[in-house]
Amino acid sequence: MEVLRDFFIKLWERFDRSFLEQDRWKMYFEGLGNTLIIALIATIIGTTIGVIFAMIKYVNKRTGRLNILNKIANVYITIIRGTPVVLQLMILYFIVFSGWDNGILIGAITFGLNSGAYVAEIARAGFESVDDGQMEAGRSLGMSTAQTMFHIIIPQAIRNCLPPLFNEFITLVKETAIVGYVGIMDLGKIPGLIQSRTFDYLFPLLIAAILYLVVVMILTKILHIIEKHFSKSDRRNGGK
Amino acid sequence: MDNNSTPLIQVKNLSKSFGTNLILNDISMDINKGEKVVVIGPSGSGKSTFLRCLNLLETPTGGDILFGDANLTDPKTNINLHRQNMGMVFQQFNLFNNKTVLQNIMLAPMTIYGKNAKKSGKSKKQYEEECREKAMSLLKRIGLEDKADVYPSTLSGGQKQRIAIVRALAMEPDVMLFDEPTSALDPEMVGEVLDLMKELAEEGMTMVVVTHEMGFAKEVADRVVFMCDGIIAEEGAPNEFFSNPKNPRLAQFLQKVL
Ligand SMILES: Nc1ncnc2c1ncn2[C@@H]1O[C@H](COP(=O)(O)OP(=O)(O)OP(=O)(O)O)[C@@H](O)[C@H]1O
Ligand SMILES: [Mg+2]
Repeated sequence: MEVLRDFFIKLWERFDRSFLEQDRWKMYFEGLGNTLIIALIATIIGTTIGVIFAMIKYVNKRTGRLNILNKIANVYITIIRGTPVVLQLMILYFIVFSGWDNGILIGAITFGLNSGAYVAEIARAGFESVDDGQMEAGRSLGMSTAQTMFHIIIPQAIRNCLPPLFNEFITLVKETAIVGYVGIMDLGKIPGLIQSRTFDYLFPLLIAAILYLVVVMILTKILHIIEKHFSKSDRRNGGK
Repeated sequence: MDNNSTPLIQVKNLSKSFGTNLILNDISMDINKGEKVVVIGPSGSGKSTFLRCLNLLETPTGGDILFGDANLTDPKTNINLHRQNMGMVFQQFNLFNNKTVLQNIMLAPMTIYGKNAKKSGKSKKQYEEECREKAMSLLKRIGLEDKADVYPSTLSGGQKQRIAIVRALAMEPDVMLFDEPTSALDPEMVGEVLDLMKELAEEGMTMVVVTHEMGFAKEVADRVVFMCDGIIAEEGAPNEFFSNPKNPRLAQFLQKVL
């Protein structure tokens, strides 16, 4: 009995030191806030790049125009996908933006540029799932390719890939944990800071892991709701 | 009926191949203002390809398409400008899924002419109001004004196709191209679409119609064209064409479909 009580008291003390003492919990939540900000900005940048690339590919495939832009997009995608993101981070942090002190923004830009190469594929699928008849109908009425893209194709393509884009956001929440590598204060960096003061290695890591897990589970729940909503309205659209 | 001596559309030695596959082989045809041409033929004979070459949805590999004074096949021609005067109706309707019925009808006039509204002394709002009124009156014409604010996915095939037709009409085209407009419809909805097309015909619209509806061809066509193996194998006024086909392939085809 005594032994068990001591064990729990010990556990509580470690938790107390790693989380409650000196308001350390605030550090975790600040880190979590930064993680979410980095992931959100990265998703926005990545979506913008990815949608533009997908749009270039869509027009290029159908009209043969935008050849040079299409090649540039391909080179970009090849380089980004072919190199480790941690190296991309170091190049941007220590070299390209070495004069900046806003690490969070640099982290967000890094992951945005990286994510763009992957979102391009998600968005391409979104564009390809728009019926070709939509473009033909627009063109047959005398609207230009650009007008039809803007009013008809892009809105439908983006709608088609909202669920996978939200999924990309969830992925980024986890993957951005490596920004701690260059000293950016996201949730993944916090355990190290607390460990260096308390010399307790397990608890800070556990706490950060649980916070990640809870956030990801909540976001995944939201994703399921979005997916459900979309498949319902898709059924109304005749299953396409 | 036709006092204009130059045809509205002149197809001159039109050829089209996909890769090495020659689909249209040196086709020539004049279509006069107000004329109704019905194109029939076996599946895969190139009817859709022919129709889509008329407004350059397919790029011809040879020959010329003249529309009024314009040579559409000339790369310098601004094709968008001429497509505004050539309505097209598709087998699969192709209503814009992300737009309501009313927006479907208003979109092209608004996007294309909205910019010019200022020049003619109207505000954009005024022009939009005009477009809306016109779209509503087109919807009234087909008895679907209560569907103005719904999305296409909630409509029946017959409703979709009639809306697709008035969407094209909103641009006030000189000619309407129909590619099997009733082939994707449940049988009970074919009539409502054909009736609307007959109305257009009576109003004097120039029409080129690819269809398997032989009744429509007999009733409406000034000229029926039988397309086969990439050429026009036979053409003529419906009476003679249907009762006394000369081409054996046509005779065979008619036996199957009539
Ligand atoms: N984009 C394309 N690429 C390659 N081949 C094509 C293309 N479009 C049509 N074809 C081919 O051209 C031929 C004629 O097709 P088209 O659609 O014009 O025939 P159709 O007379 O309209 O037939 P249906 O009655 O089935 O509609 C077919 O063999 C078809 O496979
Ligand atoms: Mg066809």
